[in-house]
Amino acid sequence: MSETASPGAVATAAAPAGEALAKTRFDLRPLALMAAIALAAWPVVGSSSTWLTLTVAGLAMGMIIFIAASGLTLVFGLMDVLNFGHSLFIALGAYIATSVFTSLGNWATATSLAQNLAAIAVAMIAAMLLAGSIGLVFERVIVRPVYGQHLKQILVTIGGAIVGEELIKVVWGPAQIPLPPPEALRGSILIGAASVEKLRLVSVAIGVVVLVALLYTLNRTKIGLLIRAGVQDREMVESLGYRIRRLFVGVFAAGSALAGLGGCLWGMNQQIVVPQIGGQVNVLLFIVIIIGGLGSTLGCLFGALLVGLISNYVGFLAPKLAMFSSIGLMVAVLLWRPQGLYPVTNR
Amino acid sequence: MSETLLALKGVHTHIGAYHILHGVDFDVPVGEVTMLLGRNGAGKTTTLRTIMGLWEASQGSVVFDGRQIGGPEGKGDGDAAASQLRTPEIAAQGIAYVPENMGIFSDLSVAENMLLAARKARTLAQLDGARLEWLFGLFPALKKFWLHPAGKLSGGQKQMLAIARAIVEPRRLLLIDEPSKGLAPAIVQNLIAALRELKRTATTVLLVEQNFQVAKALGDRVAVMDDGRVVHRGQMAELAGDEALQHRLLGLSLGAHQ
Repeated sequence: MSETASPGAVATAAAPAGEALAKTRFDLRPLALMAAIALAAWPVVGSSSTWLTLTVAGLAMGMIIFIAASGLTLVFGLMDVLNFGHSLFIALGAYIATSVFTSLGNWATATSLAQNLAAIAVAMIAAMLLAGSIGLVFERVIVRPVYGQHLKQILVTIGGAIVGEELIKVVWGPAQIPLPPPEALRGSILIGAASVEKLRLVSVAIGVVVLVALLYTLNRTKIGLLIRAGVQDREMVESLGYRIRRLFVGVFAAGSALAGLGGCLWGMNQQIVVPQIGGQVNVLLFIVIIIGGLGSTLGCLFGALLVGLISNYVGFLAPKLAMFSSIGLMVAVLLWRPQGLYPVTNR
Repeated sequence: MSETLLALKGVHTHIGAYHILHGVDFDVPVGEVTMLLGRNGAGKTTTLRTIMGLWEASQGSVVFDGRQIGGPEGKGDGDAAASQLRTPEIAAQGIAYVPENMGIFSDLSVAENMLLAARKARTLAQLDGARLEWLFGLFPALKKFWLHPAGKLSGGQKQMLAIARAIVEPRRLLLIDEPSKGLAPAIVQNLIAALRELKRTATTVLLVEQNFQVAKALGDRVAVMDDGRVVHRGQMAELAGDEALQHRLLGLSLGAHQ
């Protein structure tokens, strides 16, 4: 965008020091919106303990969705690729968790918390590694030939997801597979009068770790700066001498790995894994990244948390409206901010 | 005659169905400022983008320091497919580009914008301190707003950042597209002063301009384009002193920008 600056604005270039520009003011309104929704739900839900349970469950669900969606938003932002095959990596993550838990049988069924957590850690790492490496192949074979062609991207990535889903049925069978949480993480703990599922707390903790790692990478490392710069202006990043394709392949693989991690956690929270698990989450992911502003990581986080909270509140208050609530939220947010909560500039 | 750093020979560029450049020929001598002038739509921006590899030349060749970086026509030896380098490879030859829209990463801070352009530095601490001080001398606003988001800068400050970013490390050739565009006259004077200082370091520059004052103040050589071709090549001083020639080559666009 060419800047047709008014002479007044330009004059600050020559203005004496002291008249500082406003530093980045972090836009707090989406955060306030989230707090407002949580507070508004309190009297409606009625009991404080139920409200706390729902809120923690909502935040946990939000964190899992965020983990799964963060890769999707970066892939879109950086390379303009609409990857409807993202759901495949979620399903893959969940299935790998079932296999890991089966093969580590006694770790997951032991009552020792340390062994249980180790089982989860192994499952998560395996899910990330496998989803990440299949992501590399997926990018090379399916996505690369259709760069810059949105319609073909949608068709071919959906096709890839269907083929992947069928391959999952070949490997793991078409029947649903139970994925019970490890022994020590079953049940709830009581916080005051509210019962909070242990597994949800673990999910929130893992989500926070991923979030911190992601924010650190994006804000404090040169690779992260390149990714953020590439989301804004691909051509300029190339003109500065960086191969954006290579960066993109890395982001695609990392995004697929995160989807695998998200799928692993989602499966454990659902306690049951079906081949369609990815497709079920996929709709939520697209809602989340649209709410957040395509390409924005922070937007993705708040979008995911909003979706998590709202679906838990609505699921409790009016279960029949639960499916509608996320789409309703998206419509409302887009009416308020058509570009999403945190629009990516230059786009 | 000084040594040629960049040479365009018979460069044609198509953008989609449009044939924009119809055989562009000119040389950029080392250590001098070459102005690329011409009316709107003459093909100046397309020429810079073709040099940078952002558009591919369909005919002809772009040769940088004896090596072909663009265009399908090999210089006798190299095969056609290998002759067109990709944009990052062209940048790696030491060519820096300041596009017309400045290409500022508005979500990143001024410092982060500079860091990205420095290919050798991985953290701010690794930036060349002495060079940074020199750049702060040229463009004081950068120091003042070092940690501020680049998107909050004024148009003039963004232009300063775009130029400083291009030379955060020594580069062999600087391509700048209309730096004076949209800037107030006082700011254009600042810009001219900074570019003059840069010129004193014998940096080779290819500068696209509509503003004849800027061209007169900075140019050593000049190439004037019209309708996708170079229609005049010569010394800038010669063109600046010949009003009839100016009028013939640049027509009304000249009067409109003075």
